[in-house]
Amino acid sequence: MEFLEALVRHQFLQNALLAGVLAGLACGVVGTFVVVRRITSIAGAIAHCVLAGLGMARWAQVRLGWTWADPMLGATGAAMVAALVIGLVSLRAKEREDTVIGALWAVGMAIGILFISRTPGYNEDLMSYLFGNVLLVRGVDLWMMAALDAVVVTLSLVLFTRLQAVCFDEEFARLRGLNVEVYFLLLLTMAAITVVLLVSVVGIVLVIALLTLPVAIAGQLTSSLRSMMMAAVGISMLCTTAGLAVSYGPDLPAGATTIMVAGMAYLMVIGLRRVLSR
Amino acid sequence: MSGPRTSDAVAPGAGSHPGSCCNIDDGGEPVVELERVSFGYDGRRPVLEDVTLRIARLDFVSVIGPNGGGKTTLLKLLLGLLEPDEGTVQVLGTTPVRARPRIGYMPQLAALDPSFPVQVVDVVLMGRLGVRSGLGRFDLNDRRAAVRALDRVGLAGLERRPFSALSGGQRQRVLLARALASDPELVLLDEPAASLDQKVEQTFFELLVELNQLSTVVLVSHDLGFVRSFVRTVICVHRRVHVHPTSALDGEAIRQLYDGDVRLVHHDQKL
Repeated sequence: MEFLEALVRHQFLQNALLAGVLAGLACGVVGTFVVVRRITSIAGAIAHCVLAGLGMARWAQVRLGWTWADPMLGATGAAMVAALVIGLVSLRAKEREDTVIGALWAVGMAIGILFISRTPGYNEDLMSYLFGNVLLVRGVDLWMMAALDAVVVTLSLVLFTRLQAVCFDEEFARLRGLNVEVYFLLLLTMAAITVVLLVSVVGIVLVIALLTLPVAIAGQLTSSLRSMMMAAVGISMLCTTAGLAVSYGPDLPAGATTIMVAGMAYLMVIGLRRVLSR
Repeated sequence: MSGPRTSDAVAPGAGSHPGSCCNIDDGGEPVVELERVSFGYDGRRPVLEDVTLRIARLDFVSVIGPNGGGKTTLLKLLLGLLEPDEGTVQVLGTTPVRARPRIGYMPQLAALDPSFPVQVVDVVLMGRLGVRSGLGRFDLNDRRAAVRALDRVGLAGLERRPFSALSGGQRQRVLLARALASDPELVLLDEPAASLDQKVEQTFFELLVELNQLSTVVLVSHDLGFVRSFVRTVICVHRRVHVHPTSALDGEAIRQLYDGDVRLVHHDQKL
């Protein structure tokens, strides 16, 4: 109740709510592909490389006075580069894939930390990048999020049957004439965009949880990719909204609360299914 | 070890099956034609060496041999997933890559994620990809073809069932339906018997025999049990290749083939 009253009064809460909903949309759609194609570790590496982009952009803004260098722009750039590097390595040299994922994961973070340490306001920036601060989302960020959402959702809808075929059986899809390498890189790019959206809501460290938990819950309730995706979208939005509402009263960090909500929901669904199937 | 001598894939065609003229050029265009093909992974010792063989239209072929002997490699060469180091591969009168739309392929069931959330009809529809061009959704024709293919494999009415909820034998038949959804001229199957119990296996192979009325069937197997009852031609792969019509599996040929295979089966068990 207290949350609802505050929501009506405060623009920043409305922005936060909308940011959660926008992120939830891409999260459910792309998260489903990420989970069934089993590339969550790649998404994790991309998420941590985002820190490099955030750090560089923030540094350029403060130290060089490049006002156009929005952190979100930097995040998107870094995520794309990371996605393409991992994608190409994965396609060209399959046996070294996990090494490269681990290396990029750490190096991306290191670059970010170095740049942020050279920027005034070190602590606040780093904390909000790592663990998210959805209460700081501005109106201009929301427009950027909506645009990124539109890109991934449109791609997913138009290419749904093809992406489904590539995720289910890559070899067969190739034999039916699909360019599976292109679809794989496209999937990683979409994951990169989704990670950027989620970073502004829950932060880099918690992205993987929000990308996978709603999909895992949806997977317990549905049996086709399409219905799983729709359920995951709804569950993601519910999680971000509930996380924000629950965290507001006791003044808890919204990102961490959102993840706890998602985690508890997952455990409950699994528990319920166990009980019901007896 | 001393590999068997190369056969030029011409075996006596005296057969009990009418029309089982498997390896002899009967004037018709062969469905598969390999000419002195060699292949090795990353330039290492060849897995297949100097392979020459032909498969005639509407033949029913079983490719047998030990694990690591080159069966799967041969299949991948036919599909154009691998390029030969030497020699040429022709499928349906063209290159394997160009022939792909006219090939139905059924992979090993074990290669797929059994928990993937997908309905039966969606799996079968994947076989319709590449039938038309464009990015659009599947149309009524595609859906009809999918339903027809499911009917052919005896799974009519299961369209909306989750793939993960089916038995191994049913999943196998879904994958066959997917391979048939594009009305292929040539059907390639990788170890179709691997995850089936005996009774289901019998039904599955009866399905393949029916399918063989319209399409050439090539299957990879390490199981010799059914060979004599269904298959017309046996291709033995162990780096080099021998081709036998099953009708010629008498006397000397049987002794030769089974001698070889007893040894190979023994070799498998040690692994």
